[in-house]
Amino acid sequence: MSNVQVKEPFVRMVKRDHASMGRKITVRILAVLLALILDALFIFFVTGLNPFAVYGVMFKGTFGSSIRFSWAMRDLVTLLLIGVALAPAFKMKFWNIGAEGQVLMGGLMTALVMVNFGNTLPAPVLMLLMLLSSIVAGGIWGLIPAFFKAKWKTNETLFTLMMNYVATSIVACAVNVLRGQASSLGKLNMSTHAGWFPKLWGQTYNTNIIVVVILTFVMFLYLKYTKQGYEISVVGASENTARYAGINVGKVMMRTMVISGALCGLCGFLLVAGRDQTISTQTAGGNGFTAIIVAWLAKFNTFYMALISFLLIFLQKGAGEIASAYGLNDYAADIITGIILFCILGSEFFINYKMIFRSGKEGKKDE
Amino acid sequence: MECAIKLKNVTKTFGNVVANKDVSLEIRKGEILALLGENGSGKTTLLNMIAGIYYPDSGEVLVNGKPVEIRSPKDAYRLGIGMIHQHFKLIDVFTATENIALGLEKNEKFDLKEVRKKAQAICDKYHFDMDFDQKVYSMSVSQKQTLEIIKVLYRGADILILDEPTAVLTPQETQKLFEVMRNMKKDGKAVVIITHKLHEVLDISDRVSILRKGEYVGTVETKEASEALLTEMMVGHKVELNIKREEPKNPRKRLEVRHLSVRNEEGIEVLKDISFDAYGGEILGIAGVSGNGQKELLEAIAGLQLAQEGSSVQFYNKEETDKPMEIIGKNPRVIRNAGIHMSFVPEDRLGMGLVGSMGMTGNMLLKSYESGKGLFINRKAPKDLAEQIKEELGVVTPDINVPVSRLSGGNVQKVLVGREIAAAPIVLMTAYAVRGLDINTSYTIYDLLNKQKEKGVAVIYVGEDLDVLLELCDRIMVLCSGQVNGIVDGRTATKEQVGLLMTRLQKKEGERSE
Repeated sequence: MSNVQVKEPFVRMVKRDHASMGRKITVRILAVLLALILDALFIFFVTGLNPFAVYGVMFKGTFGSSIRFSWAMRDLVTLLLIGVALAPAFKMKFWNIGAEGQVLMGGLMTALVMVNFGNTLPAPVLMLLMLLSSIVAGGIWGLIPAFFKAKWKTNETLFTLMMNYVATSIVACAVNVLRGQASSLGKLNMSTHAGWFPKLWGQTYNTNIIVVVILTFVMFLYLKYTKQGYEISVVGASENTARYAGINVGKVMMRTMVISGALCGLCGFLLVAGRDQTISTQTAGGNGFTAIIVAWLAKFNTFYMALISFLLIFLQKGAGEIASAYGLNDYAADIITGIILFCILGSEFFINYKMIFRSGKEGKKDE
Repeated sequence: MECAIKLKNVTKTFGNVVANKDVSLEIRKGEILALLGENGSGKTTLLNMIAGIYYPDSGEVLVNGKPVEIRSPKDAYRLGIGMIHQHFKLIDVFTATENIALGLEKNEKFDLKEVRKKAQAICDKYHFDMDFDQKVYSMSVSQKQTLEIIKVLYRGADILILDEPTAVLTPQETQKLFEVMRNMKKDGKAVVIITHKLHEVLDISDRVSILRKGEYVGTVETKEASEALLTEMMVGHKVELNIKREEPKNPRKRLEVRHLSVRNEEGIEVLKDISFDAYGGEILGIAGVSGNGQKELLEAIAGLQLAQEGSSVQFYNKEETDKPMEIIGKNPRVIRNAGIHMSFVPEDRLGMGLVGSMGMTGNMLLKSYESGKGLFINRKAPKDLAEQIKEELGVVTPDINVPVSRLSGGNVQKVLVGREIAAAPIVLMTAYAVRGLDINTSYTIYDLLNKQKEKGVAVIYVGEDLDVLLELCDRIMVLCSGQVNGIVDGRTATKEQVGLLMTRLQKKEGERSE
């Protein structure tokens, strides 16, 4: 047929209906390989180092020794727990950006109980009081924005974000009061170790790991199999459907945010009692924000969260290791990890879309 | 007759969905062509390619004999093609004149007086009635449509495409529109109308082209066509186009609505003092131009709208000795737990009746998930129910756990109606139950409603197709501006009578929204 040449756009993006498991895995493996190649080019041409040696060092960041691995796990569970805490809120499409503040409030309450009751209460009672006060503090910090949204439809993203700054300021103030004349706060109850987690296999933070692993399972079950978890899914899918089903949307919203905030508060408790034994504005250390990425990438599935957290911690430790081993600028290390993250995230696009080029006959070979 | 547009082997796909496959079509000058097909048969997609909204994957478009490339609506305008979309593309806060001026080319002078003069000339020619200083938000649907047509004519369109223009009009307004279309035809313009209403096709068009599942079936001269022939071409096989209507058997009062008034969030009264009764064993139709309180009425009865003081809805349960129960002031869960068997198929299926991201099982749970003790959900019963509905209603789904949003519109509705009927209702309310469904599924739904009626259920059917309302319902209540504007007998009422009741208060509504 004498087809008049019609100019098609050079490339068109078409959404894929469904990607098979095999395709998903292949694309992701290719993404990692591509990242390693790009990184190798960067390392070789910019820093002049041997890329393979650098990768080896990077690997050592997490797996170099048992203590390194142990530290990586310690940092992983912090990130994971906050991700787990965000899961119910995000599943409800309540954008809780306030995890950082909720963690800080939980940590602060823990610290205040440690300082004020450390010498008077018996250890189990003290521990229980620390736990409860941290959960209550985090829960309240989560409840406030939920209450306002349920009652007056305020925007929860801005509200929870701003609550972070309030929490940071309160902690800064409290730290100043606690340290008094001293130049810095230092470890709390240094002499008595009151309120410190007992050492488990040599480390206080091993308790944290156990607690977080349990909570990851519990949250998975909660979201998937309980009535409350079902309500959260329905509210997240459509508030109108929820009302139609007779679900009290405001109540579910507040209840879920109390849970989300309380788990963040619990994270603060674990950080203070199990890891730092002190409190500062850096206790949450930005994990409250990184966890948002974790929760999103894992599509709110708590087990995927563990994988994503591991990837992030691995890259972070690796970057630190490269920077110190080769005397590289921090930014160079960040570029290397950035390229890897970029490729892995970018690969999602190729899982969901296919591209049809101008000459391509309906992209059949692409199937 | 001269050919205005010729399509040759046009194909368009979206992902794995083939919207149009190898369609060839001719649009002639001085003629009205009807493009007929069921929902999802690719009518709108095809014409959107002519209007520059989509770009064909392959195939050729010829305008006035020359091959052209239409990459944007602007290109379409330059070629004299104008499309009036189903959803109007007007700016609410602008006046009619400003909306017309909106599409002026960059090099044209922005002179509203001039625009108005030219537009007035168009109005005189085609006998349109338009107040050019009126803002769009205070216009009725029919006025907005007229404005869209003027806008397109103003840009000098010779080829007019109207996408389901009558879906939102009353019978009287439809006749007016058809008059305009005939005038345009006399003027030598090519007119294309997309529709799935057979009687309209027979009334207005010269030729009919039929699409089925994205493929071109054929074109027939309207003179030689009949409803039966067109349906067969559209569906692919013979369809019995009769809705049976039995006399109600010992009707018993199930719902007594008195002085029901509802204000919306802006404080505007959307329902005014509504009173009526619904009886078991009959289908009560509710007619009205969309947006006249139908949605609010059903939602108020279902406990989803806050009713004003003095409103009352009494529900009469199965046993005659039972006292009627007041529904107003209760939310859906309280109503359910009080033992009131009322089912509701809302207009927004995936946004209110179902959870799109969940499978059939998850959706069966929606109204029963709290049953049983303990924290955990029991999935056995809903899974059985899902299997049963899939079987009985022939829901096409690869698996009962596939998210319902991935099912076709007809199957989504089967899931929703199936669940609501399975709850053994005493009152069954449906809003636009067949909107967007193909003929077969529509008749399945009518059949299901009739079966419920036979069982003694009080069925309330909010509909938009007057022909169906008049064929299906025992009584028809007409809503206008949130008021009951009359209740007529479905067996004796005429379309014109209902159409008049739908619009009589329209002036009043215009004042209200000022």
